[in-house]
Amino acid sequence: MSATQILFWFLSALAIVSALSVVISKNPVYSVLSLIITFFAVSGHYILLNAQFIGIVNLIVYAGAIMVLFLFVIMLMNLNQDNEPQKNKWLKMAGVVSGGCLMLVFVAAFKTSEVNGKIAQTIDGNIGLTETLGKALFNEYVVPFEISSILFLSAMVGAVVIGKKGD
Amino acid sequence: MNIEYYIYLALALFSIGVVGVLTRRNAIIIFMCIELMLNAANLLLVAFSKMHHGIGAATNPTAGIDGQLFVFFIMVVAAAEVSVGLAIIVMMYRNIHSVDINFLNRLKH
Repeated sequence: MSATQILFWFLSALAIVSALSVVISKNPVYSVLSLIITFFAVSGHYILLNAQFIGIVNLIVYAGAIMVLFLFVIMLMNLNQDNEPQKNKWLKMAGVVSGGCLMLVFVAAFKTSEVNGKIAQTIDGNIGLTETLGKALFNEYVVPFEISSILFLSAMVGAVVIGKKGD
Repeated sequence: MNIEYYIYLALALFSIGVVGVLTRRNAIIIFMCIELMLNAANLLLVAFSKMHHGIGAATNPTAGIDGQLFVFFIMVVAAAEVSVGLAIIVMMYRNIHSVDINFLNRLKH
């Protein structure tokens, strides 16, 4: 077992366990912290795939900005105690069973997929480097890049308008 | 690594996110489960991008780079989505003093 494989299995186990803990834990603050661990594990996967730019952006944007926003909202609304009303057990079980069925269907669909057995290169390959991605982003993808700035502007205005007190 | 390990990992993360959306009542946790599903899709996109790079690198030095750029744009959209969604949740909490989605089933009050 090479070091890459050991890292892959470790990061996968970490991601799945912390993702489960997001769903299971009663306290929303623990859910947020578990989600941060999941994002760190996914970033580790990106770096393992030599997608360094995406890995670091994932850390900064998701684990750094978005999760801090979630944490702020939870702390500000004082939701960090368990006040979720106990729901019908059968409904909960139905949710788990239907999620499991979805997973089963996906696994069955990908079982005979033609990509099976192909290798996703982990150490080599330089398309994940910032230089390569930046050249592609500012040449052929420059229009979507600029449009996304308009999206950000409208999202910012929308958040301010929605969150404004009173009307 | 073989691509199917990445496929199964992303499927597991996505299904956990689906189960969370179906079983939890807290709007913030449902929102976090949606982020989890987005991340599963991103992971799979990057894995496939590296797979295509491995296959086509001999003829095209930037083969498979589109996958990683899509991930970048998905992150942009997710950040915008989170800011608007959290604003909606804060407004909802201000109006009905709860983030339980059971109170939202009629979209009024």
